[in-house]
Amino acid sequence: MLGYRAGRLDPMIDPRMDEAPLVEAEGLKVHFPIVSGILQRRTGSIRAVDGVTFAIARKETLGLVGESGCGKSTLGRALIRLRDATDGHVRFEGRELADLSGRELRRMRRRMQIIFQDPFGSLDPRMTVGAIVAEPIETHRLARGRAKEERVRELLTLVGLDPAFTSRYPHEFSGGQRQRIGVARALAVEPGFIVCDEPISALDISIQGQILNLLMDLRERLGLTYLFISHDLAAVRHISDRVGVMYLGRLVEIGPSSAAYTSPAHPYTRALLSAVPVPDPAVERRRRRVILVGDVPSPADPPPGCRFHTRCWLYERLGRPEDCRLVEPELRSVNGDHAAACHYAERAMHSDLGVVETALEAERP
Amino acid sequence: MVTQSPTLGGPTALAPRPVISPRRDAFRRLRRNRLALMGGVIVVILLVIAVFGPALAPWHYRVQDLEALRANGNRPLPPLSPGHLLGTDQLGRDLFSRLLDGAQISMSVAIVVQLVVLAIGVPIGAAAGWFGGRLDNYLMRFTDVVYAFPDLLFIILLSVVFQATPIGEAMDGLLLIFIAIGLTAWVTMARLVRGQVLSLKESEFVEAARAIGVSDRKIVTRHLLPNAIGPVIVAVTLGIPSAILAEATLSFIGIGIQSPRASWGSLIDDGSRWIQSEPHLVIFPSLALAIALASYTFLGDGLRDALDPKLRSRQ
Repeated sequence: MLGYRAGRLDPMIDPRMDEAPLVEAEGLKVHFPIVSGILQRRTGSIRAVDGVTFAIARKETLGLVGESGCGKSTLGRALIRLRDATDGHVRFEGRELADLSGRELRRMRRRMQIIFQDPFGSLDPRMTVGAIVAEPIETHRLARGRAKEERVRELLTLVGLDPAFTSRYPHEFSGGQRQRIGVARALAVEPGFIVCDEPISALDISIQGQILNLLMDLRERLGLTYLFISHDLAAVRHISDRVGVMYLGRLVEIGPSSAAYTSPAHPYTRALLSAVPVPDPAVERRRRRVILVGDVPSPADPPPGCRFHTRCWLYERLGRPEDCRLVEPELRSVNGDHAAACHYAERAMHSDLGVVETALEAERP
Repeated sequence: MVTQSPTLGGPTALAPRPVISPRRDAFRRLRRNRLALMGGVIVVILLVIAVFGPALAPWHYRVQDLEALRANGNRPLPPLSPGHLLGTDQLGRDLFSRLLDGAQISMSVAIVVQLVVLAIGVPIGAAAGWFGGRLDNYLMRFTDVVYAFPDLLFIILLSVVFQATPIGEAMDGLLLIFIAIGLTAWVTMARLVRGQVLSLKESEFVEAARAIGVSDRKIVTRHLLPNAIGPVIVAVTLGIPSAILAEATLSFIGIGIQSPRASWGSLIDDGSRWIQSEPHLVIFPSLALAIALASYTFLGDGLRDALDPKLRSRQ
């Protein structure tokens, strides 16, 4: 079952891994200025994304998890230049996105798309479904007249909607159906890369599975690459080849899903996993949990050293080592392509805290 | 594990029912609102009177029926006099005909002032909201200054300065008044449009359009303006009564309309001198003014309720 995705990316079987990655971020920073007073003077900045480096291979799905406000969505938007990077690089198919002119960027939009969290806010209430799905086709002059209408119907069918819906308005649909319309719009330009920005978190639990399956099905059929942003750890595990964990604008752990879930190397990842309820009372009673205390520090003024040390259970357990407070840990490999940004990652890996893998495995068919 | 069953989307959920566009939905709800409907009907009647009234009027507004006046002992004719439904003023001019002519003036105030308001307020508000930053700051502080300046003083100054120019004399002195009122009234519109643009600009559907690669111009024309239009229509409709009232006020204090033409405001002014002996000269123009103001206000309130997206029926 893991092999469903992992197998494809085994470099022995799939030589694509040797190719250049589809999307790369290098030292990416996105800061938002804080302005105050009538003179609009800049008094500081929110460091939403603060130095993130990673790559996504073709046809790979990278899951991105983290608490609210950790910069996941901003990172996703910066990858397709819906937000401009403050510093660092984003390369798509080897091309530096920041260097593209307005026109080149608009042309590049054919290659990368986004699916939004809010299925109610992301569709223009004054446009029919047909017009919404046709807009990308018209914008890039992909088809016109009859062919365009045919393509719209085809896209609606592809996402599991009745093609007769083209003349209806978004308010006539349920959340799940609206999300499908959003998916159809994103697919209209035949993109290679789609940022899924919490595409299921606004939906009913019964609909979440449907949309998740739809996304996985489309990935198979169309050979898509996803950045899947969510705080639903089980969903991310289900859909992703690799998982990245963000905390306060930094990537603190990244690695194959199996490794990140069975032997997390960052204390934060362990804390996150331990917050996932286990549907088996026996396991739930047995396992040891970490409760994160306090709030996430302000991204305008992150703590020095390791950003997580103010809430870290391992830091406390190790007797508050000095380097956690002084030296910012870099992302380093702990095992092959499994990397974590913790001075004591090996210690974290050998803990049994938070891991619920056996339970997660057990619930699967 | 990823097979997608055909029933997933629930296409059966909404089978044969008529498509309801937001506009039709709003119209339907407007029709259900009795008061707004009544206001709308009266507004339409007023507009028809404004266009055809003077032509249909039994008398020309400046013609004096001196014979009848003399027969009445040089006193204004009372209502229901033969040939004069609402009587005449002290110069023997038919009040009903002058009211019909006044309707034309009040309705042109309604339209011209709102055109001025739209022409200034929408671009300024849209530019401030769309570009933001320093431009927004400058434009909005300028708007604040205009907002803080006393309207009446500004209009009086303007009419005094331009009185002798071609603009001051155009349309019996009315054009200047219209422009002056418009120049003070656009600030509310600018603020409204700015707020609309600011919130729509951050909406996910605009972000989606940007992600698709839609150009800024098309984002504004296809997504921003159509979604901002509802509140603008409401503001225009609700701005009309205050413009009519402003014109009436100015005419009442003697600025604006030049004799022998009369607006409802100057009719009230003229009549007020005879209010003890001939109250009808004040009552009828005031009634006309009150009905017009109330109709526009009811219609505007109805439109606001009908166009409010939060009230839009999901069924």
